[in-house]
Amino acid sequence: MTASMNASRWSGLRNASVLIAALLVLWQVLYWWVGDVALASPLATFRYTERLVTGETFGMHAYDTLRAFTIAFTLSVVIGLAVGFWLGFAKLAGDVLEPMVVAVYAIPKLTLYPILLLAFGLGLSAKVAFGVLHGVIPIILFTLTAVRNTKPILIKTGKVHKLSPGQTVRWILFPAAVPEIFTGLRVGFSLTLIGSLLAEMFASQRGLGYLLMTGIGLHNVELIMSVTLLIIVFAAGVSTLLLHIDHRLHRRT
Amino acid sequence: MRRATIYRLLVVAAAIGLLEVLCLTGVIDKITMQAPHLIVRDLFRMLVSGRLNGAIMKTLTNTLLALGLALSVGIVVGAILHRYRALRDTLDPLFATYYAVPIFAFYPFFLVVFGLGDLPQILIAFMLGVVAVIVNTLNGLDRVPTVLLKTARIMRLSSMDTALRMTLPAAAPYILTGIKLAVAYAFIGVIGSEFIMSRGGIGYEISFAYTSFDNATMYPLIVLILLASITINAGLSRWEERLLARRGLR
Amino acid sequence: MAAEQVSLRNVGKIFSSGQPPAPLHALGPIDLDLKRGEFFAVVGPSGCGKSTLLEIIAGLTPATEGTVEFEGKPIAGESPDGIGVVFQEDASLPWLNVSDNVAFGLRRSDLSDRDKTDRVHNALQLVGLSDFATSYPAQLSGGMRQRVCIARTLVMQPSLILLDEPFGALDQQTRLLMGDELLRMWRETGATIFLITHALDEATMLADRIAVMSARPGRLIDIVETGWPRERDSRIIEHAEFGVITARLWKSLREESLKTIGRARAAPSSKP
Repeated sequence: MTASMNASRWSGLRNASVLIAALLVLWQVLYWWVGDVALASPLATFRYTERLVTGETFGMHAYDTLRAFTIAFTLSVVIGLAVGFWLGFAKLAGDVLEPMVVAVYAIPKLTLYPILLLAFGLGLSAKVAFGVLHGVIPIILFTLTAVRNTKPILIKTGKVHKLSPGQTVRWILFPAAVPEIFTGLRVGFSLTLIGSLLAEMFASQRGLGYLLMTGIGLHNVELIMSVTLLIIVFAAGVSTLLLHIDHRLHRRT
Repeated sequence: MRRATIYRLLVVAAAIGLLEVLCLTGVIDKITMQAPHLIVRDLFRMLVSGRLNGAIMKTLTNTLLALGLALSVGIVVGAILHRYRALRDTLDPLFATYYAVPIFAFYPFFLVVFGLGDLPQILIAFMLGVVAVIVNTLNGLDRVPTVLLKTARIMRLSSMDTALRMTLPAAAPYILTGIKLAVAYAFIGVIGSEFIMSRGGIGYEISFAYTSFDNATMYPLIVLILLASITINAGLSRWEERLLARRGLR
Repeated sequence: MAAEQVSLRNVGKIFSSGQPPAPLHALGPIDLDLKRGEFFAVVGPSGCGKSTLLEIIAGLTPATEGTVEFEGKPIAGESPDGIGVVFQEDASLPWLNVSDNVAFGLRRSDLSDRDKTDRVHNALQLVGLSDFATSYPAQLSGGMRQRVCIARTLVMQPSLILLDEPFGALDQQTRLLMGDELLRMWRETGATIFLITHALDEATMLADRIAVMSARPGRLIDIVETGWPRERDSRIIEHAEFGVITARLWKSLREESLKTIGRARAAPSSKP
């Protein structure tokens, strides 16, 4: 059992390494094809990133982005779980409101951005609001589904063991729902990040999104690629970690 | 289920009514937003005058192009990957983390390489949608019951016949999920790109209206986009539901 | 035409899979003749290779040793015309209604549309689903869905019908009734039937001959002749011989089943 688990872990690692290597090669080839005007080579980008990250202002920008993102994600989780549980348990409310939540998922939310700006003004509130708008939806939907899909047999089991409703939720229902809820949190994480970054690109004088726009405006290719790389590495890295946890949780069931 | 629809309409009506009241009493000032009935009026005027028909056509065309590209490439790649397991396993981490990455970050790169035309937007929208199609196509193909493939061999169906008459209908509901996502992403990709940096299309018009304090144009356009995306998505969802219900999968 | 419709000589199957490849001797050697028009059943413990045997006869998987002949011609990798198969899993096509499902069986035939419609109609009557022609499989019970699959097989008018535990997913009473239906269809079509089942009473009730397979690698350790009249149904349970035959099957089978679950004794017992 352990041998095959290790084998699959190594092959997973090998696949990821092959993929990353292939992407780097692709990047380098594109650079040769397109030239300095559009791209920076991987090596140049890495060097620039090192300079950027150790520079003076970077800490401030990173802090700003992280601050907005953390607040947005916390809000998304709290609101998302609360609404998700409510809609999951309350049948009528769930039936009525769920399609509306799904509809919001499909809307190009960037078009709502001006409304948010008008409502919240420039700055932190708008960033947080946009992040929450993106991230709360999947959390609501996944939590709702998790609650709805509770197998009746679990509730019967609680009764057979003479558990109170509260105990049933704590010891049986909630652990059963955790894998599904966690998937929602994982997706919510990614989307909240995207939302707050997008907001930063327009409504801010600080943060990584702002740096990106600066790079575009000044046509500073290395800056553009560097910030993009940082964002991608952060997003992909955390996402992979969360995926790993997600798989472990789902394997239990 | 009919009761839920009625309640839903009531909720929407109540929300709009609330906005109306807040606007008319001045709690929401005119600079932030005008009253809903005015928005509707402005929308009618705008559509009738045909002033923004050019922008609408541009957005629509680019969305359809991106969608077509995402679907054709996505389904074909999905079918190929389903066959070649090693390739699929290698690309799996990419698909798993794909939607965590802000694809919009590639927009500057596309701008520089392809210039200020329509191609960057179409590419962004394509990139957003194609992985959803691939992943769902793979899922659908995975879910074709082996017993159906065995039946096809017993009946000595040709490969083409098996693919068209067994595999495709069996995988169809799941592929449709991918199509639904691709439509939403094509929309989001095109309009979002227009918003960020473009010289035409609805996204640009909204951005321009915002910076010009032109609420009379901005809000109707936003409402138009909301209505369009909601209607299309709802229509596709209904189709998806029908496919699944008929097969007893719901 | 020869009386033997299907001939297996020395048939065996070895699977090699896994890393590193480990050969799995699944089946054989098996010598078997199926007589034209008979009802032949196979019982055996789990994993003994019954399904593999069926798939070899169906042409779905090749034997790694020995020869298989259908109507005097060797089966070579492709499923021959004239053989129909009903699987245990539900193979009804959920996107077609019952009538279209059955008509699907005639996809490759070049009959006229008129003839096709007639055949579909007859097949539906034969399985008793005429009233459900426009229903979808999702609206039917498990037993009815299996009948759709049987109808789709019958519509091709095969001379040999292979059934791999077709009623495995159904409850006991439905199975007995489906057994009656199967017997009726057998008599009306005159086809040869090869049925795999794990239910001994089902085998005894339905078959002219019953083969007992050993644990893996599966070989035939006994062939029982029931001697039943052709006109029979599930009420044959009352017959005195029924218990005797079933007991004989279990006597052979019990040892093999114990081996399969790892609890067999070293030497077989001769006690009844």
